[in-house]
Amino acid sequence: MKKKDKNKDSSFNDFGFDIGKLLSGFQEVELENVEIKVKELEFWIQPFISSLIAPKVTAPPKVKPKEILEEEFHPPAMKYPGEIVEVKIGATKSEGGTRGKTVTIGGGKAPAFYLFESPPPNPPVISIDVFDMKIPLAKAVKMHVEDVLEDPAAWAKKAVEKWGAEVINLHLVSIDPLLKDTKPSEAAKTVEDVLQAVDVPLAVGGCGDPEKDLKVFEKVAEVAEGENILFNSVTLNMDIKRTAEAIKKHGHCVIAFTAMNMDDARELNRKLYEFLPRNKIVIDTTTAALGYGLDYAFTVMERTRLAALMGDVELQHPISSGTTNAWAAREAWMTMDAKWGPKELRGPIWETVSALTLLLAGVDYFMMMHPAAVKTIKEVIKKLTVKEEAEKIYNWVNNLKR
Amino acid sequence: MPKKTLSPTEVYKHLPKTNCKECGEENCMAFAAKLVNREVALDKCPPLLTDKYKENYKILWEMLKPPVKEVSIGFGDNIVKIGGKLVMYRHELTWVNPTAIAIDVSDDMPEEEIVKKVKEVENFSYGYIGQKLKLDLIAVRSVLNDADIFKATVKKVSSTTSLPLILCSLDPNIMEAGLIEVANKKPLIYAATRDNWKEMAELSLMYKCPLTVFSPNDLKTLKSLTRTLLAYGVEDLVLDPGTFWNGLADAINNLTMLRRAACKEEDELLGFPLIGVPAIVWMEHNEYPEVTIWKEVCLASMLITRYTDVLIMHSLEGWALLPLTILRQNLYTDPRKPVAIEPGVKVFGMPNEESPILLTTNFALTYYTVASDIEASKVNCYLMVVDTEGLSVESAIAGRKLTAEKIAEALKESSIESKINHKTLIIPGRAARLSGEIEELSGWKVLVGPMDSSGIPKFLQEKWIKAQS
Repeated sequence: MKKKDKNKDSSFNDFGFDIGKLLSGFQEVELENVEIKVKELEFWIQPFISSLIAPKVTAPPKVKPKEILEEEFHPPAMKYPGEIVEVKIGATKSEGGTRGKTVTIGGGKAPAFYLFESPPPNPPVISIDVFDMKIPLAKAVKMHVEDVLEDPAAWAKKAVEKWGAEVINLHLVSIDPLLKDTKPSEAAKTVEDVLQAVDVPLAVGGCGDPEKDLKVFEKVAEVAEGENILFNSVTLNMDIKRTAEAIKKHGHCVIAFTAMNMDDARELNRKLYEFLPRNKIVIDTTTAALGYGLDYAFTVMERTRLAALMGDVELQHPISSGTTNAWAAREAWMTMDAKWGPKELRGPIWETVSALTLLLAGVDYFMMMHPAAVKTIKEVIKKLTVKEEAEKIYNWVNNLKR
Repeated sequence: MPKKTLSPTEVYKHLPKTNCKECGEENCMAFAAKLVNREVALDKCPPLLTDKYKENYKILWEMLKPPVKEVSIGFGDNIVKIGGKLVMYRHELTWVNPTAIAIDVSDDMPEEEIVKKVKEVENFSYGYIGQKLKLDLIAVRSVLNDADIFKATVKKVSSTTSLPLILCSLDPNIMEAGLIEVANKKPLIYAATRDNWKEMAELSLMYKCPLTVFSPNDLKTLKSLTRTLLAYGVEDLVLDPGTFWNGLADAINNLTMLRRAACKEEDELLGFPLIGVPAIVWMEHNEYPEVTIWKEVCLASMLITRYTDVLIMHSLEGWALLPLTILRQNLYTDPRKPVAIEPGVKVFGMPNEESPILLTTNFALTYYTVASDIEASKVNCYLMVVDTEGLSVESAIAGRKLTAEKIAEALKESSIESKINHKTLIIPGRAARLSGEIEELSGWKVLVGPMDSSGIPKFLQEKWIKAQS
């Protein structure tokens, strides 16, 4: 793997060039040719289908066709009785806030990117994580934010201006009683600083302590009245009434977070409906990392989306994913044998593959971290939303570069 | 009727109803229920295989056959099965036959480079939850358009590896030159098109090889070709609707429509395995090679998620294939069952009465991760695996599946106490908050281990070995 000279291309907007730049900050790595002793190859095949035996029938001799037998192809489109509610995040001046723009998520009337049925009215949105204090980060992420680690406002600005964050996802981790135990008023001040620094909508996350989060959310909701912040998140073990009332009173919205269980998601929403309109609720059914339960995350999200489209009203909400959880996988951050490549590539590709998988399950709102992963998912969303002319690949067999 | 809604009564009607138990079930109805759930195959019923029930067998086979045909590539012990899918979504009835991954070589590569790449493909292996993740096939491409050179290349590859092959050329003459070299090895032919279908169909019949149908972004032609080829007598088809980076929306939608037509509309002309070619990103040069690999991984991961049964890849970098082989493993597990292992005390090395005892949960991923870290530490020890119904440490604590009571009980039941002369238990860092309560309930001393099990070797060195000496 070699780095080429960087001033060769001025087209900064070119996807490849940009990604190349974002990934090129690691030292040159020679991939070693590593020998592994493998005695036999095992093919992991589930046994039952393979033991079906075709019936032995002698077919009549065929008259071989001389020309192509033309067939029609009709897209196998379906109609769905349900659709996803639209949730708007942020508020402009005329709407009672100070944001330069707002984003709307949800509104889907078909499974993710089934363009042959119904194109997504609002393409998925990407927010970038910003923390209110210095926290341990994987090296591959840290190298991009080292200069702003202790300044959430500057971090947010960088995420918007440099990497195109559509929403800033501010994590108030310092409020954790086991960490800095920051007071609600101080935390609210950080939120105001970030609101000043950027004009995109804001999501505000707590520390996971149900009591402390509530206190902080109440304060933040009050000082940021009208900004239509997305609170991340309300859970079944919080005082749902108080949380929802604070959010409603000051005109915000919320992520309802549950752990990989559709029944819990329904239950939490039922409780929230007593206080909040449906178009103020986003659901998060938990994201597990690739290799660490991504399959569960994927299937719960896919089932949730399909159930919603089939008419399950309690699940008809946009889905949020804390895709940054991908960095919990050790393959994303650990130094491994050289044959697995540098962690500076493994980390961001881990986040990217996790996001792409969930994108196809129906996620509407991503919380992400690595700029190359963000850039890639934005590009893929664009490609999946706006139909472009397909490449002429007829002759690929002869034409791959080495 | 969609296959997954097939009822046991429907199936039972056509069984011999002898209740002979030869299939291992109590009666024919129980066998019918297993057939419907695809837990058992038809040929497990001996009476059904006799002439008397020939007609019934045929009816049942039709009822139970998957809407996506299963196609085999390779021969003898070296077969890769693709397709055979029963459902579109994995929560409906689990996906079978994980997406097979082929890596390409081409006839313009120097021989030693080909051998090296093929060996690397064979040696690719990653230990994951007690399995070895592997690559499956080699795709041999004709680039120089010379039949003799292609023939020699196929011969070289075939003598280097026993992995099944995909032969790639749109020229029937070149294809035949390659096929002659591997006449009985049933490679997958890539590919029949609107222009060469008749010649490729002849080759497929003559050499009894499965045949790919390639119709980039034109499903009408794809379907017309499958009808034509079926009428021609070719039975094992694989469909390539084209893979595109520019045109991604079409690539993904075509795959989705094909799989839905097969699974939901039971369109038999489209009920064949799907092939994707992420390698197409290499048609362009990028100044950063890692960007091209990056795009290939993105395409491949989306294709694995969206129904592709076999992939042709060009990149062989570890960081590219590691996430893909893991994604494939993840998506093809049974979503109805948590991945769990037997609880109990596991032994590492040759522990003695002074050896440490560690604790973890019976979520397979957690267990195998911890086990490999213990092995890396080369410290002889015991590992107590607590039944948390297949949940990881963090989830098990949150869900009250891993509690101090449960741990105290497990310690007592295991009779581990008789094997050692200390009463110190090392618990995962994420279970730290249970330590006081465990000590109270069990009378054991608790040592809180690292947050991530990769810290186990260091932990054992510092907190156990040194502390003992």
